[in-house]
Amino acid sequence: MAEWIETGKVTDIPRLGARTVQAGGLRIAIFRTANDEIFALEDRCPHKDGPLSQGIVHGRSVTCPLHNQVFHLDSGQGADPDDGCARSIAVRVTDGRVFLAPAPQQQAAE
Amino acid sequence: MKPKLVVIGNGMAGMRAVEELLERAPDAYDITVFGAEPNVNYNRIMLSPLLAGEKSFADIIINDLSWYADNHITLHLGEKIEAIDCAGKKVVTAGGAKLPYDRLLIATGSDPFILPIPGAGLPGVVTFRDRGDVEQMLEASRRHKRAVVIGGGLLGLEAANGLLANGMQVTVLHLMPNLMERQLDEAAGYLLQRELEVRGMEIITRANSREIYGADKAEGVLLDDGRRIDADLVVMAVGIKPNIALAKAAGLTCERGVVVDDHMVTSDPSILAVGECVQHRGAVYGLVAPLFDMAKVVAAQLADDAAAAYEGSVTNTRLKVTGIDLFSAGDFSEGEGCEDIILRDASRGVYKRLVLKDNRIRGAVLYGDTGDGGWYFQMLRDGVDVSGMRDSLIFGQAFAGGGRENPKSAVAALADSAEICGCNGVCKGRIVTAISEHGLTSVDEVRAKTKASASCGSCTGLVEQLLQITLGDGYLGGPAVKSVCKCTDLSHDEIRRLILVRELKTIPAVMQELQWKSADGCATCRPALNYYLLCEWPGEYCDDYQSRFINERAHANIQKDGTYSVVPRMWGGLTNARELRAIADVVEKFAIPTVKVTGGQRLDLLGVQKDQLPEVWKDLNAAGLVSGHAYGKALRTVKTCVGSEWCRFGTQASMGMGVEIEKMTWGSWTPHKVKMAVSGCPRNCAEATIKDFGVVAVDSGWELHVGGNGGIKVRATDLLCKVETAEEVLEYCGAFMQLYRQEAHYLERTAPWLERVGLDHIREKIVEDKENRARLHARFLHSQKFVQKDPWAERASEGVHAHEYRQLEMA
Ligand code: SRM
Ligand SMILES: Cc1cc2nc3c(=O)[nH]c(=O)nc-3n(C[C@H](O)[C@H](O)[C@H](O)COP(=O)(O)OP(=O)(O)OC[C@H]3O[C@@H](n4cnc5c(N)ncnc54)[C@H](O)[C@@H]3O)c2cc1C
Ligand code: SF4
Ligand code: FES
Repeated sequence: MAEWIETGKVTDIPRLGARTVQAGGLRIAIFRTANDEIFALEDRCPHKDGPLSQGIVHGRSVTCPLHNQVFHLDSGQGADPDDGCARSIAVRVTDGRVFLAPAPQQQAAE
Repeated sequence: MKPKLVVIGNGMAGMRAVEELLERAPDAYDITVFGAEPNVNYNRIMLSPLLAGEKSFADIIINDLSWYADNHITLHLGEKIEAIDCAGKKVVTAGGAKLPYDRLLIATGSDPFILPIPGAGLPGVVTFRDRGDVEQMLEASRRHKRAVVIGGGLLGLEAANGLLANGMQVTVLHLMPNLMERQLDEAAGYLLQRELEVRGMEIITRANSREIYGADKAEGVLLDDGRRIDADLVVMAVGIKPNIALAKAAGLTCERGVVVDDHMVTSDPSILAVGECVQHRGAVYGLVAPLFDMAKVVAAQLADDAAAAYEGSVTNTRLKVTGIDLFSAGDFSEGEGCEDIILRDASRGVYKRLVLKDNRIRGAVLYGDTGDGGWYFQMLRDGVDVSGMRDSLIFGQAFAGGGRENPKSAVAALADSAEICGCNGVCKGRIVTAISEHGLTSVDEVRAKTKASASCGSCTGLVEQLLQITLGDGYLGGPAVKSVCKCTDLSHDEIRRLILVRELKTIPAVMQELQWKSADGCATCRPALNYYLLCEWPGEYCDDYQSRFINERAHANIQKDGTYSVVPRMWGGLTNARELRAIADVVEKFAIPTVKVTGGQRLDLLGVQKDQLPEVWKDLNAAGLVSGHAYGKALRTVKTCVGSEWCRFGTQASMGMGVEIEKMTWGSWTPHKVKMAVSGCPRNCAEATIKDFGVVAVDSGWELHVGGNGGIKVRATDLLCKVETAEEVLEYCGAFMQLYRQEAHYLERTAPWLERVGLDHIREKIVEDKENRARLHARFLHSQKFVQKDPWAERASEGVHAHEYRQLEMA
């Protein structure tokens, strides 16, 4: 299991918005919903690599900025009828601080 | 001799635990209680009605002195415990006395959180936690007029309401965009704010308190944005923190609270803890229901029932402001597999939202009608499968469970006297009768005959359901106009009209009042609403940048590889050595891979990394270059040809005219992008006749052309009219912009808009009606006052939305 690494505070991320963080070769998008829930996905759309962090966040979903496909933030799964899946990253919030546990690259490659 | 039980904290949790213990094992212990407050145990929750003058202190006492005496409890009022000696099993009082114990119960509650800002310690700054605080507030309200409450959560609002009831002017400062954000979603927060404002409370959201000013007592609060709010009393109600000082000093394991196991035992087996000071399975609580559950387990443990265990609580909240009904429970955020059921009845001010997952209620927010709160909460806690009553669930217990299949049945079940249209007072019976007697088949016909849904339109859905119920298959269907998206049944035009007549000024206001079907909209409706509000309320509406597409949020165009392009404005297509040099320098300095001349007569710098944007802009700004809005539903370019300034055929100065038009219109937000051009003669080298607004110079003046479009479906312009002077060109241009801004649907270019409303309509409003033209032009210029500020400069030099351009770091 990867380690939990702190990446800032919940309030660093705008509501209904996202920030990115670089973890080695992996760019991660951390999203904050209207209700202050925090989710993390690899910042790469399964369609054509669009940066999901730049999309519009609504409910618990994000709409990709390049071609408007919609993805669930908690699983990375495309919302019907979009069927790709963005890679989901483990995230945890403690005392208003955000921790990520990006799994090692190789494991995620399959 | 009986074993000695010492209780630290004479509050709600500690005394409830003692009551429970007395019930189970009345004579098991020799009990001593220490309470730092000088009062017997009272109902802290009722401090709000005490402050509001709805209750007296005698009304809120839970255990009076005789209760302690009758139960042989030694009570030390106003006596604080200073230390615990775990090894020696003794407590040390403030007076230095040492008292031995066999079992110790820590029930020290919470302390109010004090914002660490200058002036927080001044006289006149109070918290809201105990009877002493209430006395101070009441005293202040007798002598002073103005109060500021910092914190728009449950406590802050109850304090504010109480002070208002005592005749003070009250301003609530809340850091977040909506009140009670932890318990309420945006819609309910909006309703609450509106109601409190109607009562006379002033509420400032997104208010970050920087300092409490005043020489030797508090005189007001200074906000981050420089605003000063004068006050004689400042109530700090920004939250609580478990009171763990004693336990921590004694070496007991503490995190946010005193850590206990499922038996409520701390890291020292002879010490238990209960109440708000406790952290159990990672959670700390700030409400009484969980404390009472804990108290039962504490009592059982003390009475040697080792199996008794506490397993955590699900909580719910109600606001105790008389006349406001508000209930919230569980988790109401959306999630995968979560479904929202929303009922919005704008005329009654009711909002209900249930979040279901796997056919079980996971969260509930109720505003305006909380009668079913308890019922929903019960089902939430018990994990009841609601699939059998799913469709009528939101209508409450009275409707549900009766085997009704769908919400239509709920409408069918309404009495004939039930009011459907609140504005016109039309009841169900009248509508149904009208439908059958006159053979009505559409909402419009019902509207014409009964006036139902003819005013605000919020009951349109109900009227439709009545048509369906009455006509069955004979009802052919819903509105012919398409709705904006699946979040609403309303069309663009209806929404724009309602924003105006109902004076809706925020996105949550629109969503609530117009009965949105989703919690915070989607990527289709949010940008549209943001634009409509911006257009309708210039200078007043606060732009919601999270409702804008990335290009408009970042003020640059996103490219396929996630980099951005930067297009500075070149007024009328003109540039000079200084600008070109600055561009060349920027390209070299930031190694920008591509520079391209655009189809809009300016230069595009492509492939800029997002985090470099502010630096790039800063350098461009230094040479006087500003944003070209190449990314916006906004004014793009004004193309020109050289015109009479140089050209041998030119009849008018087209470059100068282009620059003037661009200076007037730049920065404007529009339904879709707007492009203009000015040609110096009918040869039309600037291609003015495929622009949204095209100007073609002729000998005797200027021809104005509108509604052209290159792009996907080429459309040549229509000639609007001919004018003589440059002033007229500007006035017509401004008036046209404003008419388009006010009438077009979001993402509708001028060409399809013109085809929808007809050229005659536009001529009528702009050419034939001189006064209307002047009004439109003036309104356009008014709106422009608030937007003609270079967004690049704001971001490059003033730090606006700095987070947008910076990555977070891994610690
Ligand atoms: C850069 C530029 C191409 C170029 O290198 O010349 C360009 C680039 C894009 N155009 Fe364009 N258009 C550019 C001039 C035009 C023109 C010519 C003009 O303005 O005179 C047209 C036809 C005229 C018109 O709009 O009527 C044009 C018609 C379109 C359309 C189709 C619009 C339509 O109503 O059918 C789109 C798609 C859209 O907006 O939905 C589009 C969209 C786009 C977008 C924004 C696509 C996108 O969403 O990413 C491209 C952005 C690239 C970027 O990041 O800079 N672009 N585009 C031109 C920028 C002009 C400028 O200085 O701002
Ligand atoms: C204005 C207001 C409104 C509220 N409304 C609601 C509501 O609507 N619903 C709801 O569920 N909850 C509400 N609450 C919260 C509720 O009152 C608390 O959850 C509850 O009182 C906590 O009980 P407790 O025994 O843990 O702490 P307390 O009731 O605070 O008791 C702790 C006691 O310990 C004493 N003490 C602390 N340290 C020492 C020491 N070293 N020595 C001796 N004594 C010490 C303190 O003086 C205090 O009297 C409200 C609270 C307030 C202030
Ligand atoms: S024509 Fe197509 S490919 Fe070229 S810039 Fe415009 S949108 Fe992009
Ligand atoms: S890259 Fe995300 S939708 Fe195409």
